[in-house]
Amino acid sequence: MNVRIPGLLLSYTNGAKNVELRVAPAAPTLADALEALNERYPGMRFRVVDEQGAVRRHIKIFVDGVLARDLATPVRPEGELMIVGALTGG
Amino acid sequence: MATGTRKGASAARRTKGAGLLIATRKGLWTLASDAARRTWKLAGPQFLGNVVHHAVQDPRDRKTLLVAARTGHLGPTVFRSTDRGRTWKEATTPPAFKPGGARSVDHTFWLTPGLASQPGVWYAGTSPQGLFRSTDGGATWAGVDGFNEHPKRKDWCGGDQDGTPDGPKLHSILVDPRDAKHLYIGMSGGGIFESTDAGGNWHPLNQGVRADFFPDPYPEYGHDPHCMRMHPLLPDRLYHQNHCGIYRLDRPATRWTDIGAAMPKSVGAIGLPMVLHPRDPDTLWVFPMDGTSVWPRVSPGGKPAAYRSVNGGRTWQRQAAGFPAAQAWWTVKRQALTADDAATVGVYFGTTSGEVWGSRDEGRTWKCLARHLPEIYAVEST
Repeated sequence: MNVRIPGLLLSYTNGAKNVELRVAPAAPTLADALEALNERYPGMRFRVVDEQGAVRRHIKIFVDGVLARDLATPVRPEGELMIVGALTGG
Repeated sequence: MATGTRKGASAARRTKGAGLLIATRKGLWTLASDAARRTWKLAGPQFLGNVVHHAVQDPRDRKTLLVAARTGHLGPTVFRSTDRGRTWKEATTPPAFKPGGARSVDHTFWLTPGLASQPGVWYAGTSPQGLFRSTDGGATWAGVDGFNEHPKRKDWCGGDQDGTPDGPKLHSILVDPRDAKHLYIGMSGGGIFESTDAGGNWHPLNQGVRADFFPDPYPEYGHDPHCMRMHPLLPDRLYHQNHCGIYRLDRPATRWTDIGAAMPKSVGAIGLPMVLHPRDPDTLWVFPMDGTSVWPRVSPGGKPAAYRSVNGGRTWQRQAAGFPAAQAWWTVKRQALTADDAATVGVYFGTTSGEVWGSRDEGRTWKCLARHLPEIYAVEST
């Protein structure tokens, strides 16, 4: 699947704005995708999801264009994940 | 993992002169002086845009740096450098509570290196109140269960509404240089606690400390210590600046002495930071702020001043030579007052308005070393 990386996480991907990710399980979820992402880029998951599995307050994750707050959301191996940092400032 | 060299700054230690790590709401800067501490050079930023709550140099090797950072969007983490800030690596397991609970770390607030006999050991305090330990120089962190999972922790700490305006915090992690198992912590709110078994169990240590925001102004816990210090050469001597005054404790006594009562009534004894003379256990500095009415948290009357005691808090002297005489409405946060170890001690602080001030004569005269920085959260001497 394709993962679109926001500017605030480009330090993890060496500047790559799109990452092709292979998600192993037969019925993958957003949690699986984030775990795969974290295996490739250690530390990235904790910056966007807290230790209780909640997507952080100012992070939005879209699965195939639909906002997902639940890590159990199904993802498609050929689908798209978009991570966005939004609505914080000061 | 975020790695690599960051251009534009180096936290390299000078072989002579003093150095400061300046943690701000928008990144990390450094200041380095000439041997006489007359001229200073500002370098940075590093981690631009990150909220840097604390940056600390490891006194055991004087080249390892740890930085507690987060951004407005991203979760909290710890960055490590082993080459005096030239390159950085992110912790692979930053401080985080156990999954399956209700709490998540909002930010890592306080970093304390372990003793010289404990290479690689660091402690971290978080918001909300959590205590974490690393044994590998900050690469991986684990909760100190004796505190984080203590059955009374919730009673001690209260809820989020019981903390400071930007979140309840665990801070002032002190390790007894004679005994690595002997620890103190401070919490806003919660109070001061002690462990004698390396964090396995904890008991409150707040006797004599006011908490005038409770019906009982002398409760067992629930206080709001802002910053606690232990004298390195006399580890039984503790001081702390509290929400409700300034206190000294000489162990093994357990009742704090109110030394803020000797402050001028027009200034009061409320403030956030304090720092000790590195060799004289009777000398310390505080930086009072306005804690009257609605708690403006600015210099009282717009006239900033440090206060120094040379007799363990029995009397205090105002030290304001060089500061604006009026209309200066900044103050100093709890991690933003530090000292060097020169023969005539240098005292340094960062302000909420982004200025760094220093004195190379133990507070008698002050000079602005840098200005126009973001709000300063912490200043540590290197």
